Amino acid sequence: MTAPLIELSRIERVFHLGDSQVHALQSIDLCIAAGEYVAVMGPSGSGKSTLLNLIGLLDRPDSGSYRLAGRDVTTLSADEQARVRSERIGFVFQSFHLVPRLTAAENIALPMVLAGIPPAQRGERVRQALRDYGLENRADHRPDQLSGGQRQRVAIARATIMQPALVLADEPTGNLDRTTGEDVMRLLEDLNRGGVTLIVVTHDGALGARARRQLLMADGSLQQDRPRSGGTRSETCALPT
Amino acid sequence: MRAADLIRFARDAATGNPLRTGLLILAMAIGVAAVVVLTALADGARRYVLNQFSAIGSNLVIVLPGRSQTGGFNPGNAITSTPRDLTIDDAQALRRASAVHRVAPLAVGTSEISVGGRLREVMVAGTTADFIAVRRLTLAQGRFLPPGDWRRGASEAVIGARIRDELFGRDEALGQLVRVGDRRFRIVGVLAATGQGLGMNTDELVIVPVALAQAMFNSNTLFRILVEANSREAIAPAKAQVSEIIRLRHEGEEDVTVITQDAVLATFDRLLGTLTVAVAGIAAISLAVAGILVMNVMLVSVTQRTAEIGLLKALGATRATIRNAFLTEAAMLSVAGALLGFALGHAAAALIRQLYPAFPALPPDWAVLAGVATALVTGLAFGVLPARRAALLDPVQSLARR
Repeated sequence: MTAPLIELSRIERVFHLGDSQVHALQSIDLCIAAGEYVAVMGPSGSGKSTLLNLIGLLDRPDSGSYRLAGRDVTTLSADEQARVRSERIGFVFQSFHLVPRLTAAENIALPMVLAGIPPAQRGERVRQALRDYGLENRADHRPDQLSGGQRQRVAIARATIMQPALVLADEPTGNLDRTTGEDVMRLLEDLNRGGVTLIVVTHDGALGARARRQLLMADGSLQQDRPRSGGTRSETCALPT
Repeated sequence: MRAADLIRFARDAATGNPLRTGLLILAMAIGVAAVVVLTALADGARRYVLNQFSAIGSNLVIVLPGRSQTGGFNPGNAITSTPRDLTIDDAQALRRASAVHRVAPLAVGTSEISVGGRLREVMVAGTTADFIAVRRLTLAQGRFLPPGDWRRGASEAVIGARIRDELFGRDEALGQLVRVGDRRFRIVGVLAATGQGLGMNTDELVIVPVALAQAMFNSNTLFRILVEANSREAIAPAKAQVSEIIRLRHEGEEDVTVITQDAVLATFDRLLGTLTVAVAGIAAISLAVAGILVMNVMLVSVTQRTAEIGLLKALGATRATIRNAFLTEAAMLSVAGALLGFALGHAAAALIRQLYPAFPALPPDWAVLAGVATALVTGLAFGVLPARRAALLDPVQSLARR
């Protein structure tokens, strides 16, 4: 089995709303191995998005430690975290978050532009991604000229263009109808089959059931961590004591 | 992020909102154009005045009665404190100076000129034949006063173009007899119209021999002595020689003031140069206003693009990248505005020159450079705050914004 990719221990995240404190995450211990397919489920406000932001290094825990591929990333500076995001993590959002003034191809190329990859190399990879996601004849269209499913395909292409080890999807089908949602999930699952670690946040039980491992959250803590029936928990990822 | 990508990204961001970008560039352009046009006007005024002075005559040294400098004790002062007058003899003596080319004495007064029942008040200038050359005047008709003994002179007069028109209308003026004061003169020449100029308006002047003018005004003093030096380089020696000759003739007392045209020009030059700087400063205020506008617009832009900034951070953009993107955008808008303003300002100055050919409305180079540079600096300086704000945005909260 593979080594653990994500190790969270005793993670706390507290939001201050005026005088009151909201414990968005309470004492989370979690270990995810490379190549896993994990669904994070729970009602809204249960802390699943906060957990995803934290794993994606968009947010910092108030206490606890987070090791990504064996490296403690909680102590990294903002710019070092940006580098980690650039190289290792791809995001897929519910509302796609495409830049409206850029074409599909330019949106896909954006992470490479930010990373300073030379244009020649970018062109080749963008063409490949457009082919892979069936967007060849949509390359020069702007987001408002694309359907919802096409937009999310662009977003997935963008999330994977830097060949990250980890893809985080926050309600990826929330703004799509059932069939397109199905297509998008299949694309994400294909990525997972190719070795990418996939974490999907959803409140859709049917969608969550497709994952090999389901995390159930409520009130900021992990209620249940169960493998899909028939699957087995990876023992290499035993929680630290 | 590569520089070329940064510029492209900023350009796309700027053109993504054409109205905002257009207004901003316009504000910046107006600021720069204001600097260019206003300094063009002020500097044009300076050049205009200098040209007018040059038109009076070049290499000119002017002798005025009376002293304007403070000196030490002089025995002459013990006897009398009134300065001696300038006389025709003084003027004639100046002709001996080696650096002096021409000398024209000038006695001035007002009198009445009448012909055929028409009467008008005129300024009468008594001078000699060289006056027309020293003052660079041209004749429209006839001839100027003839050379000859300065102490005598035929009863001949040269009149300005306007006098001619008013007294004679369509009739021939040359050869006519006119009465000036209590004397009769024959008109031998008419000056070409020069329009309004600095100093005396030669269009309304009656020029007569200096001896007759002095007799008319019952005085033997001169208003000025105009001296033309041999060359531009000879102005300083001519001034020294003129002072020395007059001092010797006035019993060792320096009781005249000798000014050169250069000194007068330099004074006006300084005066109007300061005016140009002041006007440039006033125009620069509009640039500061444009800078604040840049800041405001960029801040609004940061707010509008919060979600995009959050996304860029999620995609691995560092703070520096985001700061640079916004700074580049502010710089590009400023550069575009400055260039547009530069072009607009020069176009406006060219239009002014076209409409008023006599007025050399050319912006000085330093003002144009300073205007453009100020635009760039204010654009960047006021772009720093919005760029910093964008760079420090929290990615989670930014992404939550729609």
